[in-house]
Amino acid sequence: MITEIGHFALILAVGVALYQFLAPLYGAQTGHAGLMRAGISAALLQFVLIAVAFAALTHAYVVSDFSVSNVFENSHSAKPFLYKISGVWGNHEGSMLLWVLILALYGSAVALFGGNLPLGLRARVLAVQGAIGLAFLLFIVLTSNPFLRIDPPPIEGNGLNPILQDPALAFHPPFLYAGYVGLSIAFAFAVAALIEGRVDAAWARWVRPWTLAAWMFLTIGIAMGSWWAYYELGWGGWWFWDPVENASLMPWLVATALIHSAVVVEKRNALKIWTVLLSILAFSLSLVGTFLVRSGVLTSVHAFAVDPQRGLFILIILCVFIGGALTLFAWRAQSLKAGGLFAPVSREGSLVANNLLLCVACLAVFVGTLYPLALETLNGDKISVGPPYFNLTFGPIILPLLLLVPVGPFLAWKRGDIGLALRRLWAALALALAVGFAVFALQVRGPWLAPVGMAVAAWLVFGALTDLAAKISLFRAPLATSWQRLTGLPRSALGTVLAHGGLGIVTAGIIAISLWRIEVIVALKPGESADVGVYKVTFIGESPLTGPNYTGQVGNFQVTRDGHPIVTLRSEKRAFKPSGMPTTEVGLYQTLPGDVYVVMGDEAADGARAVRMYYNPFVNLIWLGALVMFIGGLLSLSDRRYRVGAPRRAVAVQAVAAE
Amino acid sequence: MTRKQKRLSMILGGLAVLGLAAGLVLYALSGTITFFHTPSDLAETGVKPGQRIRLGGMVEDGSVQKGPGTQTSFVVTDQIATITVSYNGILPDLFREGQGVVTEGTLQEDGSFVADTVLAKHDENYMPRELAESLKEKGVKLGKGAEQ
Repeated sequence: MITEIGHFALILAVGVALYQFLAPLYGAQTGHAGLMRAGISAALLQFVLIAVAFAALTHAYVVSDFSVSNVFENSHSAKPFLYKISGVWGNHEGSMLLWVLILALYGSAVALFGGNLPLGLRARVLAVQGAIGLAFLLFIVLTSNPFLRIDPPPIEGNGLNPILQDPALAFHPPFLYAGYVGLSIAFAFAVAALIEGRVDAAWARWVRPWTLAAWMFLTIGIAMGSWWAYYELGWGGWWFWDPVENASLMPWLVATALIHSAVVVEKRNALKIWTVLLSILAFSLSLVGTFLVRSGVLTSVHAFAVDPQRGLFILIILCVFIGGALTLFAWRAQSLKAGGLFAPVSREGSLVANNLLLCVACLAVFVGTLYPLALETLNGDKISVGPPYFNLTFGPIILPLLLLVPVGPFLAWKRGDIGLALRRLWAALALALAVGFAVFALQVRGPWLAPVGMAVAAWLVFGALTDLAAKISLFRAPLATSWQRLTGLPRSALGTVLAHGGLGIVTAGIIAISLWRIEVIVALKPGESADVGVYKVTFIGESPLTGPNYTGQVGNFQVTRDGHPIVTLRSEKRAFKPSGMPTTEVGLYQTLPGDVYVVMGDEAADGARAVRMYYNPFVNLIWLGALVMFIGGLLSLSDRRYRVGAPRRAVAVQAVAAE
Repeated sequence: MTRKQKRLSMILGGLAVLGLAAGLVLYALSGTITFFHTPSDLAETGVKPGQRIRLGGMVEDGSVQKGPGTQTSFVVTDQIATITVSYNGILPDLFREGQGVVTEGTLQEDGSFVADTVLAKHDENYMPRELAESLKEKGVKLGKGAEQ
């Protein structure tokens, strides 16, 4: 019964989405205030309906109702409670339902908190949201309906893919989707602005917080996915340049460009056409990402069995929205008046450089990800583009950006002085060079890239700190005054410092694990040991293992350093009920200076076990830095100027004119 | 600088970056891509020893040999031709006899294949698309999940 209510609510939501698309759009074109307001209640109603559908599906999972085909295929009664919940979005149908739920959540947030938006703009934004919702709801109802029943109902389900039964992966999709889908707001604002033919500082003020929120969720979602891949897959790596990973990286790169270019629109009334284009591209790449992940057209190590018909449907959605928005852009962009002037060396100039490099980096990833598909369509050659390509292209493109990041905040708007900026950054520059030389001196044997990379990372971190120090006049005013300034500093300024500093921390982690990691593959019999970096790992032996929905073997490994015992690690080989699918659990000893990572492999000849071990120096800096970036975004978002929202349009325009 | 000059300098700067990046991308693509082959078209296409490729097919039943140490060797077949693959390392959880596999490495002078990567899969029913298509073309019967 509850399932049928959910199914019914889902179908009703299609109708409401259609209404939300057409009524406010028509109202805004004809100046009918009542129809424009209709979008608000439609957006709220749509959220309620999809939430009911989602709750119904969750209920079916929690009570293990195997008469629902989706539950039968992806759940099992012996599965732990957390994974019964996360199982809702651990499959294609449920994850698409989560996608539209988050879309409707954003739509209703605009409806509720958009009180200070002009009525026409709000109506058009909600109409675009309604159109996106309509497309994806139709997709769910027509090709991926999670509420279909089977008769007679089976007694037991097939179970969730065991490697998805993991806490990090339980929360990874909601965060990632919150990021992907959050970019739809910027997209909707861009399309609405093109219809209205008007982009100004106030528009940018409305777009910025939504984009920032999406960016934050993307950042943490990508970090969680990489963290999961690191400790669950047992390959010892954290990023594989896999199409599915690239699909999330591309929107992140463009969203990062967008949050920077929107600043220029808000403060200087320039780069308007470009910012509108970026808003369209950011969400387009989210759609491309959804298509790549859901259609299976690309071979990915993360791919699951998929249905190509669904891919075609998403491809049509993709073409309609991207094609439609870009056509509108080509037709209407001329109507957006160009704004403020600036010299190439200026804050605006540095933000343009940021945008240029991020977009070019995104393009390189895009080409590498889709080239195999293009080549196969053209001449039938089957190829794969691997990490060497991405390291060779992405690295050199992103390096100048990293060098530029600390300089940007020290350049004045309109016309900057690069010499002055560098003079103010002399301490950060000196410290970065010192770090580079220290690494060069300490590194016994190693690539030349390490000192350079670490110097760049230090440059980012110290550059961010210098930015903070300059803002509070540290050492130039009495400490009490500096403290006062620090407490009075706008949170968005602190957010910038944290985000840029976090990027430096991530860079340090990436450089360290890429260049200094140690891999050891040996066959060990019980009692034998092997050296891994500064640690010695001894295979104690194995014992049988029984979990709630699996059985297996656990290998015990004693980790010692200079003869002192540190920790005993367990690496498990599990066989999951009911499929018998095997998985491996990594034994992981985590410290900031470096992780010991032990994977027990198959039985080798004469009673030994194949064992793969890694020493991964500073790898945790990657996720720590991502967390710092996330917190930076959160701080900025909590800034009063964001929270209160934009002032009335006319006031905002005057304020900008007065600057 | 006048307004026009400023704009021109920025556009030229942008194009220069784009051009450099395009050159980099083309250079990287020409040097780093790996082609996918099955055992039977390996001979036809004339892959030279030492060239890095991906080799895909089914693991022949009863062909997996363990040892010494962490060495493993197995036979990859597409029902027309076979090739012996040796690999040093830990096999993915879902590596089985009679199942599809994709490996990456180089062909040796003696006609065998040394793999440094055996691709893992996340899903027991999943089969890489190129592999499914190549095998289908050659009339190999596939298991559940590979028929897409």
